[in-house]
Amino acid sequence: MSNRYELRFSGAGGQGLILAGIIMAEAAAIYDGKQALQSQSYGPEARGGASKSEVIISDEPIDYPKATAVDALLALTQEACDKYSGDLKENGILLLDSDLVKKLPKGKYRVVKFPIINTAKNEVGRTIVANIVALGAMVALTGIVSKESAEKAVLARVPEAFTDLNRKAFLAGYEKAVAAKKG
Amino acid sequence: MSKIAFLQGNEACAYGALYAGCRFFAGYPITPSTEVAEVMAKELPKVGGKFIQMEDEIGAMAAIIGASLTGVKSLTATSGPGFSLKQENLGYACITEVPCVIINVMRGGPSTGMPTGPSQSDVMQAKWGTHGDHPAICIVPASVQELFTETVRAFNLSEKYRMPVTVMPDEIVGHMRERIEIPEPGVIPLTDRTPPSVEPEEYKPYDTRFGDVPPLAAFGSEYRFHVTGLNKAEDGFPTTRAELVQQEEERQMRKIEDHIDDIVSYEEYMLDDADVAVVAFGSTARSARFAVREAREAGIKAGLFRIITYWPFPEKQIAGIAGRVKAIITPEMNLGMTFHEVMRCAAGKSTVSGIFRVDGEPINPGQILDKIKEALR
Amino acid sequence: MSFDYEKYIRPGKLPHIWCPGCGHGIVMKGLIRAMDALGMKKNNTAIVSGIGCASRLPGYIDCCTLHTTHGRAVAFATGIKMAKPEMQVLCVGGDGDGVAIGGNHFIHACRRNINITYLIMNNNIYGMTGGQFSPTTPTGAKASTTPYGNPDPPFDIAKLAIGAGATFVARGTAYHANQIEKLLVEAIRHKGFSVVEILDSCPTTYGRRNRFRSVVEMMNNLKEIAVSVQAAEHMSPEQMQGKVLTGVLYRDNRPEYVEEYQKVIEAAQDFAG
Repeated sequence: MSNRYELRFSGAGGQGLILAGIIMAEAAAIYDGKQALQSQSYGPEARGGASKSEVIISDEPIDYPKATAVDALLALTQEACDKYSGDLKENGILLLDSDLVKKLPKGKYRVVKFPIINTAKNEVGRTIVANIVALGAMVALTGIVSKESAEKAVLARVPEAFTDLNRKAFLAGYEKAVAAKKG
Repeated sequence: MSKIAFLQGNEACAYGALYAGCRFFAGYPITPSTEVAEVMAKELPKVGGKFIQMEDEIGAMAAIIGASLTGVKSLTATSGPGFSLKQENLGYACITEVPCVIINVMRGGPSTGMPTGPSQSDVMQAKWGTHGDHPAICIVPASVQELFTETVRAFNLSEKYRMPVTVMPDEIVGHMRERIEIPEPGVIPLTDRTPPSVEPEEYKPYDTRFGDVPPLAAFGSEYRFHVTGLNKAEDGFPTTRAELVQQEEERQMRKIEDHIDDIVSYEEYMLDDADVAVVAFGSTARSARFAVREAREAGIKAGLFRIITYWPFPEKQIAGIAGRVKAIITPEMNLGMTFHEVMRCAAGKSTVSGIFRVDGEPINPGQILDKIKEALR
Repeated sequence: MSFDYEKYIRPGKLPHIWCPGCGHGIVMKGLIRAMDALGMKKNNTAIVSGIGCASRLPGYIDCCTLHTTHGRAVAFATGIKMAKPEMQVLCVGGDGDGVAIGGNHFIHACRRNINITYLIMNNNIYGMTGGQFSPTTPTGAKASTTPYGNPDPPFDIAKLAIGAGATFVARGTAYHANQIEKLLVEAIRHKGFSVVEILDSCPTTYGRRNRFRSVVEMMNNLKEIAVSVQAAEHMSPEQMQGKVLTGVLYRDNRPEYVEEYQKVIEAAQDFAG
């Protein structure tokens, strides 16, 4: 099972994390020719509440559709970080929004943090693309899909009028993560 | 060229229905099946089909039977509480022998239960939910691709045997997304109900001269006939004549019993030399497959029997496995429905033990692996 | 020459199951005359019913007939009409079937204004099961489940239909046999959901519990309570006490559902290019 790679995108309902997971999986399954499976769990809230989207990527057919030991976790809220970090692997990647997640979970992880939502709002120009900023960062940190495939997958999913905005968001996230990782 | 897409299970199910020639959908919104209705609302009118959101689940089931009687392949989709409400008219489709397909995406129950949580606890309802004796076909897919192809097969079986067919993914399969390949039209063969070959004056809707599955005419064609939910004779009119009622009921059961091998489908994985067999379906079977691979890596001879057609139950196959293995394990997201069926089939030839989970969480591979080890101890 | 009812009756299916004195047979004759007057094609006509005495009617008529589950006739009929709009679709049934167990389907068919005619034979009682009170049983009346008098207030089916959005609503009685045909002709011609309520009587399970001494007395009662819409214009509220309006009670012109859905199809196909 060693080539099974598990990602989890978590935060609050309405932050677009399910879409971020779908795009990650599409980048792998459609553009990189790998196997990918995306699933989610959510509560009754359409907005707010803790929400997660999981993606499993593998070279072989994927059987169990849920995460078993998470390789990379994104948490955009403290609630999501507290709730969904329990099965993150030792030395797994933990990407956090530095403004919103102050309390780190116990354990040995490769923590990367930067103000994700703020980057979307102030540098890209729209809070709504925070999910794409986060996706760019996850792509950079995990390297599990190619940057080109991920970018294609993003652009295939968003309305044409928002192509530039989303490309900008994706690249901003990608670069911030690279910088944050070095720093 | 087949089309590659990354789809959710429920979406694939709707595209499977369209591929099968479904041109009428009636439904009522309910989590976690609503995406089926949403895709049908969008896609059906594009191909000249009709979508209607009915006032309730009972009405939706009624409407698809009415539509199907005009010769149009028809679908409805629901989940637990809605499936309960549909039972009344599901029975009507059984006794009147009107083809139609019902998707039931299984969530936690009973009652409102856990609307967004997965479950596999409606499998008994699929057979016993409506009152009276009647045949049942129920399919339990385990992947997005399979939800597509099995929905096509459900329509084919429904048309072939003139009866309702249920397709029941659990919530995980209904909501997960995978890459799927949608074949070109015509690649998967489609079945249509047999039309009458006699003159309109001679037509009887349950004419057994043509075998156990009588030809079905369409309303609005040159054939006129009567359809009733009362016990009926060959001509479709109510009867209380004991021998006719008995014959008709037995004929309906024969439609399934005499064609089990045509209907039953399953997948075997590493079963040939297995000491322990896991019998599972839906997303739980994917968990079981993971566990079986881990067991094999640890040198344990484990195998998987994955149920695809739940009803009719693969009795013969499971009885065969019971004769070969030491132990059978039935993990399922209910409190032992498949376990009891497997016990019945195993008839004491092997031990049977279950893993039952109804807390809204999937059964993980670790749980199954532990049970495999325990069973051989 | 007398009217030939047999051309719409299925050979060998009579006698019907209705009791002596029941008005359902009169209503069926009115329906057959209306179908004949409209030149309705048997192959192209679906008659759908639910459960109850009145719901046995389709079995006698030589069309595409569907005897469904209790209360669900309109929902089945909706599927037929949507899938094959060129068919004429009629629903028939009783008061309990239509506005108790079938009440939800009834009001929503009215709301959609789907081109179906619903003929309701209202005899104020569940006859087939032996005389239990229905949603149209008058307050105070006796039924097998209201041995001390009915505490429930009744529905006015016509008002319910109008309130829910039906675009043609009429009422007649089993006594006024000729009017049944006329009302049904207008209702079937009307494009949209049309409701024809025929006040009927059940001597067997209602009459004998409620001091009607004979079938004739029940019929006379229908005659006496009925006041045409035209006649009512000249009557005071006091004079209308205990009376029931008959004739065409409401008519409106709203978009019909199947035609509206056709626009959805066109929009979807434009969208798809």
